[in-house]
Amino acid sequence: MLLIPCPYCGPRPEIEFSYGGEAHIARAADPRRVDDAAWTSFLYLRSNRRGDHAERWRHAHGCGRFFNVVRNTNSDHFLATDKIGEPRP
Amino acid sequence: MQRFSAFALFRQALNGQKGWDRQWRDPEPKPAYDVIIVGGGGHGLGTAYYLAKKHQVRNVAVLEKGWIGGGNTGRNTTIIRSNYLFDESAALYDHALKLWESLAEELNYNVMFSQRGVMMLVHNVHDEQVFKRHVHANRLNGVDNEWISAEAAKRFCPPLNIAPGMRHPVLGAALQRRAGIARHDAVAWGYARAADALGVDIIQNCEVTGIDRDEAGRVSGVQTTRGAIRTRKLGIVAAGNTSVLMAMAGQRMPLESYPLQALVSEPVKPVFPCVVMSNTIHAYISQSDKGELVIGAGTDAYISYSQRGALHISMHTLEAICELFPMFRRMRMLRNWGGIVDVTPDRSPIIGKTEIPGLYVNCGWGTGGFKATPGSADLFAWTLAKDEPHPINAPFNLERFGSGRLIDEAAAAAVAH
Ligand SMILES: Cc1cc2nc3c(=O)[nH]c(=O)nc-3n(C[C@H](O)[C@H](O)[C@H](O)COP(=O)(O)OP(=O)(O)OC[C@H]3O[C@@H](n4cnc5c(N)ncnc54)[C@H](O)[C@@H]3O)c2cc1C
Ligand SMILES: [Zn+2]
Repeated sequence: MLLIPCPYCGPRPEIEFSYGGEAHIARAADPRRVDDAAWTSFLYLRSNRRGDHAERWRHAHGCGRFFNVVRNTNSDHFLATDKIGEPRP
Repeated sequence: MQRFSAFALFRQALNGQKGWDRQWRDPEPKPAYDVIIVGGGGHGLGTAYYLAKKHQVRNVAVLEKGWIGGGNTGRNTTIIRSNYLFDESAALYDHALKLWESLAEELNYNVMFSQRGVMMLVHNVHDEQVFKRHVHANRLNGVDNEWISAEAAKRFCPPLNIAPGMRHPVLGAALQRRAGIARHDAVAWGYARAADALGVDIIQNCEVTGIDRDEAGRVSGVQTTRGAIRTRKLGIVAAGNTSVLMAMAGQRMPLESYPLQALVSEPVKPVFPCVVMSNTIHAYISQSDKGELVIGAGTDAYISYSQRGALHISMHTLEAICELFPMFRRMRMLRNWGGIVDVTPDRSPIIGKTEIPGLYVNCGWGTGGFKATPGSADLFAWTLAKDEPHPINAPFNLERFGSGRLIDEAAAAAVAH
């Protein structure tokens, strides 16, 4: 089980969290103006990196807030964590 | 190739079983091949076999970064069934199931395919509605699947607890009698031996680290830990590592890779006659011919390539197993491991061409592709040889994520199997 560093509450066990998938995938401001390729990319294409991966978690059974982390997907070590809206580490 | 038979076994016994050849060669990579397959799992090895056998494409290499069958093929719980909901999937998985039925003869290799029946348990009204819909859809597609009562389920699988006071009572089950299990290693080894005999080079300890392309953008070869190798047709069959390989050609994929775990118990005498799955409380179990109970757990919540899952995930499954089969409560578990499964948004695979000329992909089998091994390999070999998909795999293209023609099998694949 992972020990996840919530930027608001500190390290907590994984079962308190839900996973939010890859971070920094922004929905287009005006979806009507987006072509099929961009829409496919937003909905389905993921970097799925082997290595350092930027992703979102939500402290569902704690403070309830979303935050971003960088985790290495080979070792599962957390390398950085930041609050939503802060610059990307 | 030395053929295996009772007579050959007897003859070898006369000199202490010392006269057997290697089952496949260990060749050095050649400078170029007509087709290169990346990934020596069942799907990749099978693809090479059918290319050589059915399409006479014999200048083929399978490149495997570790040892063949060391990926998900050798880590899975081997459940084989074809009772998927949609027409496209029923055709795909039943094509595979039909090939399983004659695979041992085809390869002259005992893959220990055993059609002992797969029973999917129903615990609530929602399950009942979904499974009855599946039963009807399957029967319209000519795929066997039947609805049975809780009492009939208990007769089919005596260890099953159907007491009404359970937290998740058993209300009935859907039973596919043609479904079953097979020996995973034997599938990889059987395809490797038969492909090798037709001239395919199986190259282990050879990791692909780059994909080369010519000025026109067409695939021209691969970089590997054993040097550069040229080819104009490259088939990626790398399960959990597909996104990593496709990124080498700049192709982003609709895939996420998650750890999926399984565990086996100490071996015991035959106690469990079939395969039982429960989507609702997430457990699936069978007994191997060695006597071990083979139990599959769920995926972890997050992307990972660690080949290791968390303990709370397998605990969750074991709790369900203990409630469904109280006689296993004191059973000791021997081994626990993980594999990395490549999951698509609609839980259906991708088998076909890409926009990059010369690059083909067979992936997205996620938690449930072992059952499809012969079918997937047969169809992918067709696609590589003819440069167009077979009608069965045509709907399972990469473009469907843009066109919206998804094949949403999330319900059929809800349990990781
Ligand atoms: C725990 C578990 C239980 C499962 N249970 C079932 C089940 O009951 N029924 C079912 O139908 N399915 C099941 N599955 C899914 C099934 O195992 C897979 O869908 C199937 O085996 C995939 O086969 P494959 O040949 O595509 O992949 P693999 O066997 O994973 O082969 C891919 C190969 O590619 C190699 N590779 C990766 N990167 C490179 C590179 N850069 N260069 C060279 N080689 C590379 C890997 O080493 C690997 O050997 C389960 C999976 C797991 C993990
Ligand atoms: Zn918190």
